[in-house]
Amino acid sequence: MIHPAVLEPGGDAATLLYILSFSLFILGIRRGTHPTTAKQGNLIAAVGMVVAVVTTLLLDGIGNWWLIVLGIAAGTAVGVIASIRVQMTQMPQMVAIYNGVGGGAVALISWSELRHGLSLGTGFELDTLIPILFAVVIGSVSFWGSNIAFAKLQDLIPTRPIALPGQQVLNAFLLAGILVACVVMAIDNDSPSQALFIAVLIAAGLLGNLVVLPIGGADMPVVIALLNAFTGLSAAAAGFALDNVALIVAGTLVGSSGTILTLAMATAMNRSVANILFAGFGGAPSGPAAGGEERPHRSVTAQDAAIALAYADSVVIVPGYGLAVAQAQHAVKEMADELEKRGVEVRYAIHPVAGRMPGHMNVLLAEADVPYDKLVEMDDINPEMPRTDVAVVIGANDVTNPAAKDDPDSPIAGMPIIEVAEAQQVIVIKRSLSPGFAGIDNDLFYLDKTAMLFDDAKKAAQEIASEVTDL
Amino acid sequence: MDFVTELTIFVLAAFVGFEVISKVPTTLHTPLMSQTNAIHGIVMLGGLIVVGYADDALEDVIGFIAIAFGTINIVGGFMVTDRMLGMFSRKEKPRPDGGEPPPDGGGTGS
Repeated sequence: MIHPAVLEPGGDAATLLYILSFSLFILGIRRGTHPTTAKQGNLIAAVGMVVAVVTTLLLDGIGNWWLIVLGIAAGTAVGVIASIRVQMTQMPQMVAIYNGVGGGAVALISWSELRHGLSLGTGFELDTLIPILFAVVIGSVSFWGSNIAFAKLQDLIPTRPIALPGQQVLNAFLLAGILVACVVMAIDNDSPSQALFIAVLIAAGLLGNLVVLPIGGADMPVVIALLNAFTGLSAAAAGFALDNVALIVAGTLVGSSGTILTLAMATAMNRSVANILFAGFGGAPSGPAAGGEERPHRSVTAQDAAIALAYADSVVIVPGYGLAVAQAQHAVKEMADELEKRGVEVRYAIHPVAGRMPGHMNVLLAEADVPYDKLVEMDDINPEMPRTDVAVVIGANDVTNPAAKDDPDSPIAGMPIIEVAEAQQVIVIKRSLSPGFAGIDNDLFYLDKTAMLFDDAKKAAQEIASEVTDL
Repeated sequence: MDFVTELTIFVLAAFVGFEVISKVPTTLHTPLMSQTNAIHGIVMLGGLIVVGYADDALEDVIGFIAIAFGTINIVGGFMVTDRMLGMFSRKEKPRPDGGEPPPDGGGTGS
């Protein structure tokens, strides 16, 4: 019966190999704590994955080889092409769609598990059935929610919040219905209804759509991180259902990671996760600032900005998502290079939500060859701001608004900001005075020390760079 | 494996996960997310298992899609993470191939 090359499912040999595999995952993530070792860590985790897959292929009972080969070939082709073609500005979309794909796989696996159990006719233990139900609900929610997040980030559907009337009530009904159906299936655990199961699969998918549609584009970092946590937990649940220790540990690691990032993003926006999910913040079309009257401000040319920067000792660049949209990261790097040639110290202040996902701005700047040790986190740069000669804000808005600190009545009161207003001089590169995502006026623009350079971020940075060269 | 043992593993893994991942600096959060995407591809194992006892065409299709989805996560996730981390580790040396051509996207800089 036991072929030498075949491992018994749940046997000691298979379990030991799975333990090796998840140890490699943990080691890989641990190496990911520093930019110089992270690449090696990624390889270690990939080796862990190979161990897990090969172990599973050797399990007794694995068959249907043509389908396996076909599935792996199709997945590899898509994965390779996607990872070569994707641009760094598109990373949020990519992570969103991968969350979705992973969640979808879990939902399908649970469905198959249910059908398998039904065809055996032996009924289900609750400690198998409950994880199956959990996995199908979370997996389906993440699949559809992630697809909506992808479509929003890819501009396939409007990024503004889309809400139906009575949406919260509808969501609550759906959730309640899903829970009731799951309880009914769990009670009838000898032969749970497959029709009810499919209904749950669909209802959870609908819920995923309805929860993510009303969320505005700028809240996407939180949503992506949260869906990341969901897919992880769904994989762990599938591990419980299949009695597979590698799935449990790997899924839980992903779940922890997604949870940590979700909380970090929410903290950086000074909002609770519930508020982000259910408030539809930024819903009102943010027209000109309330009142509409033009407040006095100082406008400068690229040449003026170049002079101010070239004669400074220290410059801090504050990039925002507008910089990524304008594809200005390479131009900004060139500008910084010109300044450094003149002996100016240039650093970058990175707000935790600068970009469309956690750490996105760091990747965009790394792509433009900005050394990572020049990127300074908010808490580290703020104390240095008063000693900074010029702060250059490029494509960032709300995260620099002093009202978050000074005005307790502001909608963004309490949100941690990069305190550019403390610098000796401020240059803001922006196309107009229009408000940012929060829809409120930025007091920074009207300070005496602030100079506004109205232009496209990329063009402005290029012009400043050439002006500095000519000085 | 009984349920309580699995629950023990789950809880311990959650603590390990929080401990290790909270040490990852903000700079590396995007690569971390794509790497955890790849690790999430472990669900492919589930696909391999269920396709083994597929009884009909529907279960074949379900299993095939699950395997393909899981493989996309694994291959795409690890490869794109590697590409991104390459950008962090290259420092002084000139770009071998001129790097990524800076794409010309218009758009607003607000």
